[in-house]
Amino acid sequence: MFNKISGGNGNITSFLGDDDVSLVLCGEAGQGIQTVESILVQVIKKGGYHLFSTKEYMSRVRGGQNSTQIRVSSSRARAFLNRIDLLLALSNGAVEHLQKRITSHTLIMGDEKHLISLSSDQYNLIEVPLLEEAQKLGGPIYSNVIAAGLLSCLLNISINLFNQRIRDMFARKGTEILENDLKAGKAGYKIGKNLVQTGKVKLNIQNSPEVKKELLLNGTDVVGWGCLAGGCNFMSSYPMTPSTPLQVFMASNANEFNLIFEQAEDEIAAINMALGASYAGAHSMVATSGSGFALMEEAVGLAGMIETPVVIYIGQRPGPAVGLPTRTSQEDLNLALYSGPGEFPRIIFAPGKMEDAFVMSQLAFNLADKYQIPVFILSDQYFADIYYNVPSIPIEDVENNKYIIKTNADYKRHLLTPDGISPRGIPGYGEGVVVVDSDEHDEDGHLTEDLDLRRRMVDKRLKKLEEIQKEVISPELVGGEDYQFLILGWGSTYWAIHEAMDNMKDNRFSFLHFKQVYPLHSSTKEYLAEAEKTLIFENNANGQFGNLIKLETGHEIHRMVLKYNGMPFSVEEVVKNLKNVRGG
Amino acid sequence: MDPRTFEMEDADVAWCPGCGNYFIIGAVKAALLELEIDPKDLVMVSGIGQAGKLPHYLKANVFNGLHGRSLSPATGIKVANPQLTVIDVSGDGCMYGEGGNHFMHTIRRNPDITNLVHNNMVYALTKGQASPTSPKNFNTPLQVEGVFLEPFNPLAVAIALDASFVARVYCGHISQTMDIIKEAIKHKGYALVDIFQPCVTFNKVNTFQWFEEHTYYLEDTHDSMDRNIAFQRATETGKYPLGIFYRNPHKKTFEENQSTYKDKMIPLYKREIEIEKLKDLIEKTR
Repeated sequence: MFNKISGGNGNITSFLGDDDVSLVLCGEAGQGIQTVESILVQVIKKGGYHLFSTKEYMSRVRGGQNSTQIRVSSSRARAFLNRIDLLLALSNGAVEHLQKRITSHTLIMGDEKHLISLSSDQYNLIEVPLLEEAQKLGGPIYSNVIAAGLLSCLLNISINLFNQRIRDMFARKGTEILENDLKAGKAGYKIGKNLVQTGKVKLNIQNSPEVKKELLLNGTDVVGWGCLAGGCNFMSSYPMTPSTPLQVFMASNANEFNLIFEQAEDEIAAINMALGASYAGAHSMVATSGSGFALMEEAVGLAGMIETPVVIYIGQRPGPAVGLPTRTSQEDLNLALYSGPGEFPRIIFAPGKMEDAFVMSQLAFNLADKYQIPVFILSDQYFADIYYNVPSIPIEDVENNKYIIKTNADYKRHLLTPDGISPRGIPGYGEGVVVVDSDEHDEDGHLTEDLDLRRRMVDKRLKKLEEIQKEVISPELVGGEDYQFLILGWGSTYWAIHEAMDNMKDNRFSFLHFKQVYPLHSSTKEYLAEAEKTLIFENNANGQFGNLIKLETGHEIHRMVLKYNGMPFSVEEVVKNLKNVRGG
Repeated sequence: MDPRTFEMEDADVAWCPGCGNYFIIGAVKAALLELEIDPKDLVMVSGIGQAGKLPHYLKANVFNGLHGRSLSPATGIKVANPQLTVIDVSGDGCMYGEGGNHFMHTIRRNPDITNLVHNNMVYALTKGQASPTSPKNFNTPLQVEGVFLEPFNPLAVAIALDASFVARVYCGHISQTMDIIKEAIKHKGYALVDIFQPCVTFNKVNTFQWFEEHTYYLEDTHDSMDRNIAFQRATETGKYPLGIFYRNPHKKTFEENQSTYKDKMIPLYKREIEIEKLKDLIEKTR
């Protein structure tokens, strides 16, 4: 981080960076912060630094205040930090927007007009002529590339690497724009060099050559890859933040991967279309968020009834109703768990690591097929939008099984079997006909009101849960087995809690992370019994997963740390809560 | 083809004696026989209602899904396997009420499916409430002062959306109904057949006799390629024209618009996962 040596009027401020720097870019929607992020994450990784980025933004196309945090680190950084070492303020409101996270250590950089109202007694300010330089190139539009160049220079990344990235991004926009963007980058580097040479800013983060070769992953793409690896070839969906990026992923890969993406007229059509495709043999999925998923609920029951596989990706955001469209939450576990009328089995995954998101998305298609049920992947805005580097993902381990059979003339779609799983045929493959019905039905699939058969069909469908139970993914224990305090978490909170544990270096704590939240793994009860005290971190107001654990195991979690303002947990926040638990 | 190909001898039919549905299922089976469609390559898709039960009473693959939603799975089935013949059959409440949004957008999408709508102008399965096509002043236990909403005009809506095939039949005329259903199945693209049908139990207004007296056939000179004239004919009231109102054979189907089918119509279930391509995609992020 930056260590303030001396402060005051901005001229004699100097900073040293050691192993981990938190850069935050803040400005209005439409100013191109995303462009800066997009340039920087690539060049930082290619420069050999570990990096993590996360963004928080408003539900508007122009104006407001949005910010992106980029952590540049000599060791792996994979979670949101509250701390800001360097703030690049691209608007008047930036400092006010981030007020609570700015300390006397924060260096604030920006154009004169964006800093003029701030007192240099209170803040460490460095004026940089981004707009002035941009004007020379033709207008304020270039200031974001100048800013990217400036930061890239401060990070000691070669201008060749930077220019290559600019070419990759802007070549398609034509020679003139590309030339201007290259000049903008150069101007940014010039400002940066000046700051370094005059000693105003000094960064000294260790880079490592092996990072250059690593994968730079995003929490949406990695799910998309997993889906493709699992054989997904059909998605119908309706745009809704924060699930839209996965829809974009599928649509943009449709041609290359021979899959079908259809934007449906509403979520109801989307999931019903997906079920039709699945009935006919596609590996289909839908992507949605809270309210959109609420519209799909009826058809989740249909999937359960007609025993037709479907994968449902829910990018969670705060509700109820429209809630906070662009923020994060873990509020829809109950919605997914209890969605649809009647009783039938389902599986709910909630990965918290990139590697897991890949593996579980791939697995989701196989399990949906095997058990002929809906399988959920719960993500959230935070996870969907983050980037960090990893050495590799286990694509070589991918195994897909085929569960579709060729039918005989006397085929029965819902044949009663000992494990409840009927061999699955599809229309047009074999000699039989495949009949499915949303009404209660007989083994042939035709509707029935035979009440004894009804009972046997319910038992048949629920019987599958016993088989599912045998291959539940176990929770991951981080830390030793001999713990006093057991921290619980699920989904995207994984790395914030993990990093907090690393910082605490207190072996009284262990962390149990659930990547499969339903059904629960049978070991859960034993893990809980070993702890003197249990606590859980969740991004909701009721402790939905904690309550599910109580329901399933009888264990009442001693302390729930619940955050539901739409922001993810920061590492510092987790540390503070852990210290409270152990008593300082 | 064996004339009993589509028979389901042991089906426990839930329709009232004298129901127009018996005429309709007869016409459907006759059309399928004449077209020699193999039951194993035929998918009958339906929603909920008395019409929605029709697929259970003939031999075929069946997707009897949710109320109002049948066009969505029908579209999904057809696009996942274009080699299947897909017939969607549901009633006026299912298609024009609960499923109105899907009706509009499926027309826009133009999958190569046939959409049969049993239009008896009443909700029968739920025992006699108004449907979107019930005439004004129609009294029901829920519309106690009589219907005052404007009846939904499915043909005019479909033609307005440039549906690629739009027809109306009256089930009492079995051979004409069969002929037009055959044309609809043969047509490439979305084909709507609105089927006038009496409900002998809950609609005492629109009876067999009423339909006989209030319908007539479009003239042989009717130009079904002229959308404006078709629209005009679709808005006629008092006496209702029957026949093929409109066709647009020049539209690409939903399936044909998929890049995955640009070379060959290989069903999705026959596709293999392209893991090497995926590795390349992932490697690009290094």
